Amino acid sequence: MSTESGRIYRDLQRASGPLVVVERVTDVAYGELVEILCGDGTMRRGTVLDISTKRAVIQVFEGAQGLSLRNTSVRFLGKAIEFSVSPALLGRVLTGGGRPLDDMPLPFEGETRSIYGSAINPIDRDYPMDVIETGMSVIDTMNTLVRGQKLPIFSGNGLPHNELAAQIARQARIRGTDENFAVVFAAMGVKNDDATYFRNELERTGALANATMFLNLASDPPEERLVTPRFALTLAENLAFDHDYHVLVILTDMTNYCEALREMTSARGEVPSRKGYPGYLYSDLAEIYERCGRVKTAKGSITQIPILTMPNDDITHPIPDLTGYITEGQIVLDREMHQKGVYPPINPLPSLSRIMKDAIGGERTREDHPNLANQLYSSYASVGNIRSLAAIVGAEELTDSDQRHLTFGDAFEARFVGQGRDERRSIETSLATAWELLGLLPRDALHRVDPEQLDTYYEASSDVGEEE
Amino acid sequence: MESQSVILRVNGPVIFADHMGFAGLGEQVDVGNEKLTGEIISLANDVATIQVYEDTTGLKPGEPVVGRGEPLSVWLGPGILRSIYDGIQRPLSKLHDFSGTFLKRGLSTPGIDIEKRWAFTPRRSVGDAVVALSIVGDVPETELITHRVMVPPRLSGTLSWIAEAGDYTVTDIIAKVATDKGEREITMLQKWPIREPRPIAKRLPPRVPMITGQRVIDFLFPAARGGACAIPGGFGTGKTVTQHQLAKWSDVDVIVYIGCGERGNEMTQVLEEFPVLIDPHSGKPIMERTSLIANTSNMPVTAREASIYTGITMAEFYRDMGYHVAVMADSTSRWAEALREISGRLEQMPAEEGYPAYLASRIGDVYERAGRTEIAEADGSTREGSLTIIGAVSPPGGDFSEPVVTHTKRFVRTFWGLDRELASARHFPSIHWNTSYSEYDVSAWYVEHAELPWTELRDRTRALLKEDERLQNIVKLIGADALPDRQRIVIESSRLVKEAFLQQSAFSEVDSYCPIEKQLAMIDTILTFHECALKASSDGKPVHQILSAPIVEEIHRMKESIRSDELDRFNEMKRKIEASF
Repeated sequence: MSTESGRIYRDLQRASGPLVVVERVTDVAYGELVEILCGDGTMRRGTVLDISTKRAVIQVFEGAQGLSLRNTSVRFLGKAIEFSVSPALLGRVLTGGGRPLDDMPLPFEGETRSIYGSAINPIDRDYPMDVIETGMSVIDTMNTLVRGQKLPIFSGNGLPHNELAAQIARQARIRGTDENFAVVFAAMGVKNDDATYFRNELERTGALANATMFLNLASDPPEERLVTPRFALTLAENLAFDHDYHVLVILTDMTNYCEALREMTSARGEVPSRKGYPGYLYSDLAEIYERCGRVKTAKGSITQIPILTMPNDDITHPIPDLTGYITEGQIVLDREMHQKGVYPPINPLPSLSRIMKDAIGGERTREDHPNLANQLYSSYASVGNIRSLAAIVGAEELTDSDQRHLTFGDAFEARFVGQGRDERRSIETSLATAWELLGLLPRDALHRVDPEQLDTYYEASSDVGEEE
Repeated sequence: MESQSVILRVNGPVIFADHMGFAGLGEQVDVGNEKLTGEIISLANDVATIQVYEDTTGLKPGEPVVGRGEPLSVWLGPGILRSIYDGIQRPLSKLHDFSGTFLKRGLSTPGIDIEKRWAFTPRRSVGDAVVALSIVGDVPETELITHRVMVPPRLSGTLSWIAEAGDYTVTDIIAKVATDKGEREITMLQKWPIREPRPIAKRLPPRVPMITGQRVIDFLFPAARGGACAIPGGFGTGKTVTQHQLAKWSDVDVIVYIGCGERGNEMTQVLEEFPVLIDPHSGKPIMERTSLIANTSNMPVTAREASIYTGITMAEFYRDMGYHVAVMADSTSRWAEALREISGRLEQMPAEEGYPAYLASRIGDVYERAGRTEIAEADGSTREGSLTIIGAVSPPGGDFSEPVVTHTKRFVRTFWGLDRELASARHFPSIHWNTSYSEYDVSAWYVEHAELPWTELRDRTRALLKEDERLQNIVKLIGADALPDRQRIVIESSRLVKEAFLQQSAFSEVDSYCPIEKQLAMIDTILTFHECALKASSDGKPVHQILSAPIVEEIHRMKESIRSDELDRFNEMKRKIEASF
């Protein structure tokens, strides 16, 4: 790419939505960063989306609203959009486009990088193995979070996903170690009070000093949303792979990001696929979610917790669907649980952690952990069927084993899934509670755990049968 | 080569170049000053549309485009096994040497090391008649696989010279063939265009099962060597784990595993696991028979499109040597999405869900490259090879009526439908017995190779599951307790089939691989239980006593408690069952 900067063109040929068109340009590269000087002296930024010998189509991050075709000049900077990153950015609050929001200048030091990053060579990745103890029973036991994993929260409007993410950020701890830990928080199109909530939470717990916030609020231009996670992840990669930090990246709300992408691509007149989203939504999301993990050449790691609100609570909507195909599992919040007053309202059945299997058991957590988790899944899955049966024939008509499953189901939701907003349970405590609850079930209904494990941990609950 | 050609326009991974009259459709080109690899996908007058296999950021109109004079091809020769490639056969280790942990672009490197020397032993002598695919010599490629050096397709004549046994590089001439068009030189290296199937002289019907050690597959829905199979399933239903299991345990000689647009960490898991996992058939690490293609979801989408063809072409090469090869593609949906993305950039008229109208024919082209083949030598002797293709499909929302699944169903004959509900209850593999099917008739093989009657046991099991399906609808309404005794036994026996037999843990040391003999002994045990229980019930024994017999618990645990090398214990168990009632 050319290093000369400052090729200036006056006059736009066309401006619509987020796009402007400049004709008769030369020596302009695809993806090049552009500065647009408006008549009123303000400056906007954009990138080249489509370049031919005749014209350049430019996507403006702040939107083309208010630009006039005359009186506007466009400067091609000869480089892709870049961000100067260093640990000095910790403790700072920035816009979604990486500019300061806290009245302080950006640090001088720093390494300038393209915000689009590059893919990690698969042979250089290190497989995630270290369990992160979040202190939440249902996550630690059944959907264990692992350092270097990307585990999204699938939520809905009005569900406490922010509280859950904040609690994880606050409580997350690696078993047995205490290393450099940092939080990178990227908000895309979130409400003002949500952003304030996170800022206060991080401040309250003193975590803000080790956190960087990128805030693109609902009132900020949607064009900027497309670069916000990329600014955040460029910093995260620098912290993790150059400075050995263990970085937790929270991206909220990915639904807003995808909406902005849809808005942008339809403005460009691209052929839409499902529900109007571009055909490459999967690849685009993968570019974000795959910037995560551990590499052999550095000690640090990036763990991602993207949050997305499922439109209409529909898990088959393209956004949660494609996310689920890229991420290593998902934590699904459930409206019914929430209405029952369970916090966190995590429904374990559709939730999943793909890489927990290699990170738990034996020396890593405890030898009975994998089987126990499977048993909880299996038993709680049958609770659902029995509940619907009970709704038809009445609970009295059920077999003894079925009735005990109902008791187990209620206790499981209240005591195992449910916990306090500041409560931090160790994995041992969670496993013990799980066994206690399994005691409500007959021993011969537990096929997923080994007989030896049953001998060691299973104890039939004394109050079985007295309920109702 | 003419190099007046220049870039006209850049739109993401698709570029347009002028003055391309000399070039051919499908030709490989170097794009721009950085020489990014591209392929011509359409020509109109002098303007070529080119898909570029790397990130195009920074390309400018006016930069040069140079044709390489040949279509996008893979290099075929010793060294493919144990290698890890990207979608266009660049070794990831070479990319690492070039750019470190993070991939950079513009590296052009052959898929085969041209400096490494291989020990060649000739198998023919001067004067021998040779035909296409005749084996002229051997090279030990890995501990498991002897690489056969073959006469390239479409070439025949008389061997006029052959190298002595010794160490040679892949580009050294190791034989010469006198043909009617003059003498032709043969090296260990062949190049083959990825989109063109290697010729097949004779196809054999796929009647031999590919044994996978997975009960639900081998017993209920077998794959055949040379067959085409699909594993569709929504996210979290266990597609990848099933593919890994097949790659690990299938009784084939060579595996080509294509990670097509999937997760980086999953590929890492394969890369860490395969070199240490031991193949039960050979006792050697399975990496010794495996070639991996890792084109993760964030690597260029165009290379993802190419990765499937790259993998299949390499697999065909080993098939031609006379090996049984299986290709695992995870996931073909990502490949189809790559087609969609490129088609969108070309502003082609979309058909269903934005996919191009040629989606079905492309899917057909891929699966039709599977097959069981016979290769004839000049002296009339033959060898058999097979290429089995197993494609994972990731339908949006787990909806099997979407275009990629429906078109795939037209071209595969084994369909393993993964079920979300089974997966939620952690019933793995979550292949559902009601939605899956296999049209391959492998019964003759089982008659010859298994002691117990596979066809009969299978028919009885399927009938039992079918009856259970009907009864479950009633149970949902009135509960199992209200059913007559006979039906309660059917439900309980089916539960044993599902939980004690079909469910199989990929992570269990004992149960991850289950040999055919054990599979049949297990199902035989369950069906014996079923018969005995029915008989006891009609003799008047109360059903709750039958169902709570201690033997039921033992049957539940038999997959773990009885190892593959102590199959006698199943007889003991059958005697116990008969004694119980």
